[in-house]
Amino acid sequence: MSFLRNYLNRIKPNFEEGGKLHAFRSVFDGMETFLYVPNDTARTGTNIHDAIDSKRIMSMVVIALLPALLFGMYNVGYQNYLAAGTLASASFIEMFVYGALIVLPKIIVSYIVGLGIEFIWAQWKGEEIQEGYLVSGILIPMILPVGCPLWVIVLAVAFAVIFGKEIFGGTGMNIFNVALLARAFLFFSYPTKMSGDAVWVSTDKIFGMGNQLPDGFTMATPLGELAQNNIPQASLCDMVLGFIPGSIGETSVIAIAIGAAILIFTGIASWKIMLSIFVGGGALAAVFQHAGMLPIEWYEHLALGGFAFGAVFMATDPVTSCRTECGKWIYGLIIGCMTVLIRVMNPGFPEGMMLAILFGNMFAPTIDYCVVQRNITKRINRSTKK
Amino acid sequence: MVKVIKLRKGLNLNLAGRAALEKITIRSNGHYALQPSSFVGITPKVLVREGDTVKAGDALFADKNNPKVLFASPVSGKVVSVERGERRKVLSVRVDADAQQEYVEYGRKEPARLSGDEVVESLLAAGIFGYINQLPYAVSACPDVKPKAIFVSALRDMPLACDFEFELKGQEDDFQTGLTALSRIAKTYLGIGVSQTSAALTGAKDVEVVAFDGKCPAGNVGVQVNHIDPVNKGEVVWTVEPTAVLFIGRLFRTGRVDLRRTVAFCGSEVKKPAYADMLVGQELNTLLSNALNDSRQVRVINGNVLTGTPTDKNGFLGAHTSEITVIPEGNDADEFFGWIMPRLNQFSVNRSYFSWLLGKKKYSPDARIKGGERHMIMSGEYDKVLPMDIYGEYLIKAIIAGDIDRMEQLGIYEVSPEDFALAEFVDSSKLELQHIVRQGLDMLRKENA
Repeated sequence: MSFLRNYLNRIKPNFEEGGKLHAFRSVFDGMETFLYVPNDTARTGTNIHDAIDSKRIMSMVVIALLPALLFGMYNVGYQNYLAAGTLASASFIEMFVYGALIVLPKIIVSYIVGLGIEFIWAQWKGEEIQEGYLVSGILIPMILPVGCPLWVIVLAVAFAVIFGKEIFGGTGMNIFNVALLARAFLFFSYPTKMSGDAVWVSTDKIFGMGNQLPDGFTMATPLGELAQNNIPQASLCDMVLGFIPGSIGETSVIAIAIGAAILIFTGIASWKIMLSIFVGGGALAAVFQHAGMLPIEWYEHLALGGFAFGAVFMATDPVTSCRTECGKWIYGLIIGCMTVLIRVMNPGFPEGMMLAILFGNMFAPTIDYCVVQRNITKRINRSTKK
Repeated sequence: MVKVIKLRKGLNLNLAGRAALEKITIRSNGHYALQPSSFVGITPKVLVREGDTVKAGDALFADKNNPKVLFASPVSGKVVSVERGERRKVLSVRVDADAQQEYVEYGRKEPARLSGDEVVESLLAAGIFGYINQLPYAVSACPDVKPKAIFVSALRDMPLACDFEFELKGQEDDFQTGLTALSRIAKTYLGIGVSQTSAALTGAKDVEVVAFDGKCPAGNVGVQVNHIDPVNKGEVVWTVEPTAVLFIGRLFRTGRVDLRRTVAFCGSEVKKPAYADMLVGQELNTLLSNALNDSRQVRVINGNVLTGTPTDKNGFLGAHTSEITVIPEGNDADEFFGWIMPRLNQFSVNRSYFSWLLGKKKYSPDARIKGGERHMIMSGEYDKVLPMDIYGEYLIKAIIAGDIDRMEQLGIYEVSPEDFALAEFVDSSKLELQHIVRQGLDMLRKENA
């Protein structure tokens, strides 16, 4: 690959200060570090470094998301064929390709807009581009309903990246989860595109594939049915496997569990947060069921909607969650309880996970503050005792 | 019974090029240099001029802030030059050694019969007091402030570190004398590893021996202080590295300043890693010539790979240096798509690589940072390798923000930069943690002066 390295070295001066392509410096830097690990050697401190870096971590998260994404694509096709009544005659490949053709434009648009803004911002600030958007870019389409139009995604990504991340200082400085901010922005600004019963199944043909469903076709998600006080028709098996309508990536608990295993094993996401969310949600759901307020089993809440997806991929974002080990338990419990609370008590919000995680993000610094304060108090007491 | 403290956090790095437990003889070329930068926190005032003749033990420079603290020449001979850098900062005082060495005779003494003040006076006069460091601030100790305790760590567990038990062989009496001398000043603790069995360590007298069972950095004296008797605001402890205890012991037993130390010559680029006896300040090319693999550009480190400073092949042995490690520089690696490759030959503590599968494999890391500097993203990385009751991440953030009150609250007085060496190694955000901690300590020192 030395010809590529030599080529890059040859064109590099054009992007330096004073070069004619200086305006694209951040793009060149991003490409260069994408292709080749920087050769910079340590100047101060340790002379050797672990092979882990931000790029590796982000790419591991994307890999962990792939099972949920791939299943989501298949499920988009499945729901479309199911709604058209042509499920029996459709092959796996047909449904998957259809789903992929529907979902891919959303992902492409999300990356182009998000990375474009990040490159421009990095150029403006004179800083190196950071990898945070690699994960947010794939998360945003996965937490949106399939009926969400592309132009709406553009607005959401722009809002989330600029006001959710860049103005705070970029990757590592944001308070709220960027992907969830995009979803929250859309939920409150374009509710008809994001909720209700008309957005969960893909209704159009694409490149001749799929089925055209009639205008005004509606299909509620199980949570939507619950909010209208109807018992969901889906079986527990369907809920766990994922053959229900919902946001693109959230339906299959099995696919999410594979992702969770990858993240826990590589140490990138905290199992404490995941476990405490499930415990908190399950416990409160059991309490509601005992009080007669739940028409379904308490454990079905853990398999429905975005609960599993949020617990594994969104709440565990290391930047916006609690950073102390003790705090992570409390943070998870709060989010789990809050999700079930919103779902059960508020019919206006069939899904509570998004708001619960944003709520958790808001309180994470406070929880950490209390934990660290305990350490500080211990130190003060130790010095005054002497 | 020796008290055992078990530490759960930490990380042992298995690197190639461990020095074999045998000594090679190297001939000195007569060039020596004492570098003030070896003694952290002092401002040197040079006491000799070019052309002056000095004996081994004569002071070459003193600390401007504490003029009683002198720094002795390791050899007798002629002062060749005083090297200065930017803004006349003293880089080194160079001495060419005579063929026949002459020593300043400070007189043999029995430390058991001396008071603490008399011991300190002797060390000051002989110019070896500067080898004692202190917490807080992890700088050269000030002789005017009495410490609440003195800590010596005989456990060296940094990667490829010089084995102190090997160095100690034949010098047990010097070591005990040094410990006794320190014990006259204040209560002295000797930290050892559970695998260290030498009687001179486990049965050391006049000190309290505490054994540590854990991975690196259990040998860091700062970590040991944190577990035995943490430093509170307003308190001072002295920390003495074990070879300095030998210097002290030799001074009282022979009356002379003998700055001989055993150095582990190690690293993947060394043909035959082994130990060598050298004097503080000895020119390194005596050790390096014809001893390295010729394949590529190398980094010569005065110290170990985590806390040592890079030097060039014509550098000099640092005052506190017990290893010379040579690793590949790596600035021509051009690794294609490295971040998504399996990287079987590169060590990572993160299980997204496959190092964990390869068991006891020895790694030959180069000096690359392997990533760009980022804001802190992952949480809990530092805590896994920092076995102290300190929230490392929050302390670093407080230092970066310059928040002095918060730094104090979070325990800045208890840490030294080397405690964060492993955290800096595993950090995925590639922050210069040791440099940041040093800046924080300097900030506090200036504030409290």
